Amino acid sequence: MTGILSLITFAPMIGVAAILALRAMSAGQDTAVVANRAKILALVTSLVTLALSVFLVSKFDAKDTGFQFVESVTWFSGATYRMGIDGISILFVLLTAFLLPICILASWESVTDRVLEYLAAFLLLETLVIGVFCALDLVLFYLFFEGGLVPMFLIIGIWGGKNRVYAAYKFFLYTLLGSVLMLAAILAMASIAKTTSIPDLMVFKFDPKVQILLWLAFFASFAVKMPMWPVHTWLPDAHVEAPTAGSVILAGILLKMGGYGFLRFLLPMFPQASVYFTPLVFAMSVIAIIYTSLVAFRQVDIKKLIAYSSVAHMGFVTMGIFSGNAQGVQGAIFQMLSHGVIAGALFLCVGVVYDRMHTREIAFYGGLANRMPWYAAVFLLFTMGNVGLPGTSGFVGEILTMTGTYHVSTWTALAATAGVILSAVYALSLYRRVMFGELVNPKLSAIQDLTVREVVIFAPLIASTLILGVRPGLIFNLTAASVDHLVGAYKAAVGG
Amino acid sequence: MTFQDALLLARPEVFLAASTLVLLVWGAFRGDKAMGEVSIGASLALFVAAGFAAISPEGTAFAGGFIADGASSFGKVAIYLISPMAIYLGDRWLGRVSNARFEFPILILLAALGMGMMVSAGDLISLYIGVELQSLALYVLAAFRRDDAKASEAGLKYFVLGALSSGLLLYGSSLIYGFAGSTHFDLIAKSIEGGATGTGVLFGLVFLICGLAFKVSAAPFHMWTPDVYEGAPTPVVGFIAAAPKLAAMLLLARVLSQGFGTALEQWRQIIVVAAFLSVAVGAFGGLAQSNIKRLLAYSSIANIGYALIGLSAGSAEGMEAVLVFMVLYMIDVTGFFACLGALSRDGKPMEQLSDFSGLARVRPGMALALTALSFSVMGLPPFSGFWAKMFVFKAAIASGQWALAAVLLLGSVVAAFYYLRLIKTMWFDVGPGQTDKEPLDAKGVALASALFCFPVVLPALAVLEPLAKTAALAFGLN
Repeated sequence: MTGILSLITFAPMIGVAAILALRAMSAGQDTAVVANRAKILALVTSLVTLALSVFLVSKFDAKDTGFQFVESVTWFSGATYRMGIDGISILFVLLTAFLLPICILASWESVTDRVLEYLAAFLLLETLVIGVFCALDLVLFYLFFEGGLVPMFLIIGIWGGKNRVYAAYKFFLYTLLGSVLMLAAILAMASIAKTTSIPDLMVFKFDPKVQILLWLAFFASFAVKMPMWPVHTWLPDAHVEAPTAGSVILAGILLKMGGYGFLRFLLPMFPQASVYFTPLVFAMSVIAIIYTSLVAFRQVDIKKLIAYSSVAHMGFVTMGIFSGNAQGVQGAIFQMLSHGVIAGALFLCVGVVYDRMHTREIAFYGGLANRMPWYAAVFLLFTMGNVGLPGTSGFVGEILTMTGTYHVSTWTALAATAGVILSAVYALSLYRRVMFGELVNPKLSAIQDLTVREVVIFAPLIASTLILGVRPGLIFNLTAASVDHLVGAYKAAVGG
Repeated sequence: MTFQDALLLARPEVFLAASTLVLLVWGAFRGDKAMGEVSIGASLALFVAAGFAAISPEGTAFAGGFIADGASSFGKVAIYLISPMAIYLGDRWLGRVSNARFEFPILILLAALGMGMMVSAGDLISLYIGVELQSLALYVLAAFRRDDAKASEAGLKYFVLGALSSGLLLYGSSLIYGFAGSTHFDLIAKSIEGGATGTGVLFGLVFLICGLAFKVSAAPFHMWTPDVYEGAPTPVVGFIAAAPKLAAMLLLARVLSQGFGTALEQWRQIIVVAAFLSVAVGAFGGLAQSNIKRLLAYSSIANIGYALIGLSAGSAEGMEAVLVFMVLYMIDVTGFFACLGALSRDGKPMEQLSDFSGLARVRPGMALALTALSFSVMGLPPFSGFWAKMFVFKAAIASGQWALAAVLLLGSVVAAFYYLRLIKTMWFDVGPGQTDKEPLDAKGVALASALFCFPVVLPALAVLEPLAKTAALAFGLN
């Protein structure tokens, strides 16, 4: 089975090569026909990647706490090509492979300009993101982590909305600023520990004083990516300006790289520093949950509202991770996956009406349920998932992170519950303003309900939201061993 | 050592000098008709010299004035291989915009010869000879389009400021000679052994470093760079920005490590300040530029700052990092200037940032190449510029200068903005439309170097890194 991770990681690149070849071969032909072929090519590539990831999950040994499917090739002194996954990263690989075909389908009709480049950028992004979750070498990890900026910058900047240039710059520079500090920390770790292998570094004991600095540098990068308050301001801009599929990727996967980084680096490598900074993280998480929920309530743009709600939900994730116990960490992982699906779906819902009306202003809409009953039902389901209604996957993550945090800090958990109420306030009010009431805007009188393509897009998302909501064990079975191992090592290191 | 042995050690340079003279006479007799023959001859001579350098034995010759070791071979191979590129691009470019003249390849040959001397210099005199030979050839090259006011201005500025720096260099050398009692690097090192560095020698060292900082265009001696880059013919700038920087950097590394290795703590302060200033000037200065050649000038100042960080580590790892950095950077800028040389609209070269608006629509291949090169110079993985930066920062951090490294990494975020602006202009903006068809030569070089910066660099590093490591051993640091 060695090599399957590289295969999954680079399978999308084969699609990119095929699209480039298609472009070269079909010079002068009708662009619409070529674009269609490219779309099919990209969709097939992403579906093959998904099939491979499902196969990977089926071969995964959930009882093993270490890394599996490990590949290791020495590259040059200072870097090794080392890949492997454990119970934590495998789910993110699956999530990425799951969302990508949906993104491509979602852009089927809405993207008409430079379609080939668009698809190539998405497939490239898929490679880089999967690489982030599979990399077991710091340099390799950084390579994938930073490389992701390139396609995302282009996606926002080329296919984005009115203010896209500003948003693209802000996204890029913000993230880069955080990442260069992480690069400094990576190089420092390489010089202290004489290795860049992640499994080795996870058992390497850094001096607690050094840990503080390294922790801060890594935290700077992941906190921006996550994003945590107060470095979240790039996210609403990026979301608003990005095309629908770009938002789905951003909310669904890219944000998860931050949480994944916390789990992979901060807790196991710098346990003392993590304990030291836990109050800071808790404070930032609670502020994020309450403050951004309030901000979300005041938004007039649907996408911006969902973007702020993402920041609030990520607050639960950081809180759960730094609770340092199995419940909290499991909950955080679950919350990330569930948010990936639900937030992605919500952005797709916005995309549905945006494609028809080309505006995302809440005030423009109203009474949509009259004309679009199916759409209203789908939107309702995901709104409820976002609020955390029991029975949807949103509930499981929130309750677990809060229970986990309760053991460590009652006040933090208590404050976070306020966030649950606030999320209901903004989400339901959004739903009411968009869906209910009379259809007053004459422009909406001819709006059409979901097309078959849109139903196909939403079906897997609906299914996973509901299935995960009632059978969260599907996820926990995979993560349990790795999380227990992680938490056990963390507790042993900090003597708790 | 007999004279024959000495000549054997200097075989690449002797061969180059002889071929230069032969080609010069040939050209003088045949006139500009000989353009093609001289170019081919010059390129072949450079390739042969590179071959000689690669298999060169090690040792010192001419009473220690000439050193052949791993570092010099590494530098020479790189320089002699990149110089034919300048001949190839320059000939054709000059042929398009004005008249190609047979002196062009000859001057490149002379400059390359000077650089070969620089990387082999073992005492202050051969150092000066190498630097001057190289510089004089470059001054002429910068003003090669004598009918063009801007090029003449560039040549003159380059000459005046360059002469000033040579003066500093000489003054420093004379001070060092006076106080250390020798011009040989190893004898200088002996005289200051045990940390007894006299004020006079230190004074001389400061002047020496200032003079060489001019040549690598490190701040605060960078003033000439934007003007020369803007005015000089594009392929010449591509040459000036690449090989001479590598040569001067290697020379600086050799003087500092072999001549002043024991005064590490003293010169490190200067290098650190120069590195810091270069990154700051390069990052902030580039923000306001609208001319792409000036922008690249600031970018090169910043990048030299990064190379100096590797130097400031004062370790074998640092020297290795500098070598890797300079080679990768050299390929990046060659590609960049090949792109600029290739692109024109209505017969006029595209030099303003606004000329590049919407380039991705009309010239997707060139836009893609420029994008890859920009990301690379920015230092974003997985492009070659990232690896270059990674090596120098790793060395700096390993030598304990992590605060400096962190600050300068933040500086690279500032500089990232202007590369992003170029990418934005090409991809996001709407442009004035069609450009002229690119000439095949420049386009080929541009695409090749873009392909090198990704993905070829990934396997290439596995070859380059061990070579640089062996070469860096020659500096005798640990």
